[in-house]
Amino acid sequence: MASRAAPTAQSPPVPGGLTREQLLDIYRYLRLTRTLEERLVALYRQSKVIGGLFRSLGQEGESVASAYALDRGPDRDILSPLIRNLGSMLVMGAEPIQILRQYMAKAESPTRGRELNVHFNDLERGYLGQISHLGDMVPVMAGIALTFKLRGERRVGLVYIGDGATSTGTFHEGLNFAAVQRVPLVVIAEYNRWAYSTPPEKQFAVKDLAEKAKGYGIPGVTVDGNDVLAVYEATRSAVERARAGHGVHLIEVKTYRRKGHAEHDDQHYVPKDELDWWAKENDPVDRYAKRLLQSEWVEERELQAIDGQAKAEIDQATDACVDEPLPPGASALAGVYAGPPALPPHWYRSL
Amino acid sequence: MAEVTYLEALRQGLWEEMERDPSVFILGEDVGAYGGAFKVTEGFTKRFGEERVIDTPISEAAIVGAAAGAAHMGMRPVAEMQFIDFISCAYDMLTNYVATARYRAGLATPIVVRGPCGGYVRGGPFHSQNPEAAFFHTPGLKIVYPATARDAKGLIKASIRDDDPVIYLEHKWLYRRIKEQLPEGEDLLTPIGEARVAREGKDLSIVTYGATVWKSLEAAEQLAKDDGLSVEVLDLRTLLPMDDTAIMRTVEKTNKVLIVHEDTRTGGVAGEIAARINEQAFAWLDGPIMRVTAHDVPLPYAPTLEDFVLPQTEDIVKAARWLAAY
Repeated sequence: MASRAAPTAQSPPVPGGLTREQLLDIYRYLRLTRTLEERLVALYRQSKVIGGLFRSLGQEGESVASAYALDRGPDRDILSPLIRNLGSMLVMGAEPIQILRQYMAKAESPTRGRELNVHFNDLERGYLGQISHLGDMVPVMAGIALTFKLRGERRVGLVYIGDGATSTGTFHEGLNFAAVQRVPLVVIAEYNRWAYSTPPEKQFAVKDLAEKAKGYGIPGVTVDGNDVLAVYEATRSAVERARAGHGVHLIEVKTYRRKGHAEHDDQHYVPKDELDWWAKENDPVDRYAKRLLQSEWVEERELQAIDGQAKAEIDQATDACVDEPLPPGASALAGVYAGPPALPPHWYRSL
Repeated sequence: MAEVTYLEALRQGLWEEMERDPSVFILGEDVGAYGGAFKVTEGFTKRFGEERVIDTPISEAAIVGAAAGAAHMGMRPVAEMQFIDFISCAYDMLTNYVATARYRAGLATPIVVRGPCGGYVRGGPFHSQNPEAAFFHTPGLKIVYPATARDAKGLIKASIRDDDPVIYLEHKWLYRRIKEQLPEGEDLLTPIGEARVAREGKDLSIVTYGATVWKSLEAAEQLAKDDGLSVEVLDLRTLLPMDDTAIMRTVEKTNKVLIVHEDTRTGGVAGEIAARINEQAFAWLDGPIMRVTAHDVPLPYAPTLEDFVLPQTEDIVKAARWLAAY
C-alpha cells in the first residue's frame, strides 16, 4: 500500500483548531469503540454477556466528537451518556475492561454486578451513568450544571437525548428548568431514526429536533452527525458559549442506528437498502479516515497502527477479565443506604 | 425557651441549616420572593439570596432531578413540593433515579424532599394526601413524619445532614395548631429512625404518626378518664427505616396494639407494622392487631364527607375500647 506523505503546506487547515495528534486521538477513540463493541458481540454469542447488548454502530462519530469537545483537565466537564454513547465514555476515560466487566456482570465491574452495560459513572473522570427511564438525565444534568453556576465554576454539563426520548416529560421539564436558570448545559439530541422500532414521524410532529429549541428560548442547530469534525466544531462552540455564561445549547446530530435496538432485534422493520446505504456511503469512521487521508493530515500507516493497537488493547482487556467470577449473592444486601453496612438475609435463609 | 408553632420550628430548622452549611439551598415553586404557599420560607430570599432560594417552574420532576444532580456534586438541596400531593409527579425521579443511585452506582444523593401533607383541612382530593405508602415500598429512601414542633425542627435538621435522600412529610393541620416551648441557641436534632413514646401506658398501645398522634393522645386521655384505661401512644416519627425495637417494646409491655394512621388502609403502612409485630412479637399478643385508618376512597371535600372518611378521635376511642375488652 502506498504510503501517503506527511502533512504539507498544501494540506487544508484542520477545522476546530485541532492538532494532528488530536485528529489521531479522535480516530483512536472511534476505532476503540467499534472494536470493543465487536468484541462484545462475540462475547454475547458465547453467552458471556449476561443481558442485552446495545450497539452504537454508525453513531460512534457523534459520541466521540461531542465528548472530545469537553474540557478533560482537572475539574473537568461532566457528560451523561446514553446506551449508544460508549465512545463518549471512552473519551472521558472509561476503560474498556470496565465495559467488558459490566456487560459480563463481574464482581469487579464498576457497579459490582448491580447494573447493566454502560450504566455506570465516574464523576472524577466526568461521566454520570444513565438510568433506563429516558429523559431523566436531563433534569439531573441540569442540577449538575446548576451547581457549576452556583459555585462559580467554569465547567459545563453535556447530556445526550435520543429522538424518541424528546417525547418524555422529564426531557421537557429538565430542559425548561435549565433554560430558565441559564445553566451551562449542552444537549446533544441524537436523531438516529429509530426509537426501538418507532420512526420519528410517529414520535414528534417537527421535522428537525433543533426546532424544539425554540420552545425553550435556547439556540438549536442541526449538524451532520456522521461528520466527526462538524460535530466537534458545533459542540466546541456550544460548550464555549455555555462556559461563558450563555446558558443552554441544543445540537441535533443527524445520524443513523445501523443495528437493532439491541442485539436480539432483527430490524425487520428497517428497509434493507437503507441499512446498506448508511453502511457503504455514510459510515462515520470510514468518512473520518477518508477525510484525514485525503486532506493529507495523517498517513495511512498511522491509522493502521491505531487499528492494531485497539485490537491488542481489547484482546488484553478481554483476557484479563473474561474468567473473573460473578459477585457473591450475599453482596447484594449492602449499600442501599450510607449506613448500616448491610441488611441481614431473610430469616428462612438460616433454617 | 420560646413558644413556637410547628411551622415556625420547621422554618427555624431550615434557616439554621442554611446558616450553618453553604451547600444547603432550597428550590421549589413560589419559595423565593413569595415565601412559599404556607410561608415556610418567608424571608429566606432576603437573607440568603435568590441563588440559594430558587423559584422553579411548575416541574416536580425537574425540581427533584436537579436536586439529585446538585447533591451528587456535594450540595445539600431541600426541594419543596408546594403540596405533597404533587410529589407523585416526581415519583419516577424519586423511585427510579434517586432511591437507586447509591446502590446501583455508588452515588451519594443527600436531598430532602419536603412538603405539606394531610387532611382535616377541607382540601379535597388533591390538597390533602398522605403519600408515605407510595414511597415506603422503595429501598433507598428514608421517610420522616414529625408530629411535634420539636421534631419538626429536629427532623428537618437531621434530614438535611443525612447522607441519603429523605422525604420529609409535614402536616399542614399541625402547622399553626400546635405550639411548644423550644430551647433557643441549641442544635436541636431528632435522630432519624427513632420512635418516641408520646404517652406512657400499660393496658394497650397505639402505634401512630403525624396528625393522628394528637388524635390518639386525645383518645388516650378520654379513655383514662372514662374507662380507667392506661393507653400508651408511640409516635413513630420515622417511617423508613422503621423503629422495630420501639414497636416491639410497647407490644411486649401492653400486649395489645392498635395502629392508627390518616392514610388509606389497603397497602398502607399499618399493614406492614402489623406484619412485623406478627413476625417478631406474636407470642406477646393478647389480642388481634387492629387498624384505624382512613377509608379507601379519594379524600372528599365537603366537611361531612371528609370527617366521615378520616379517622377521628371518637373512632380511636371506640376501637381501643373494643380491643381492651378483647
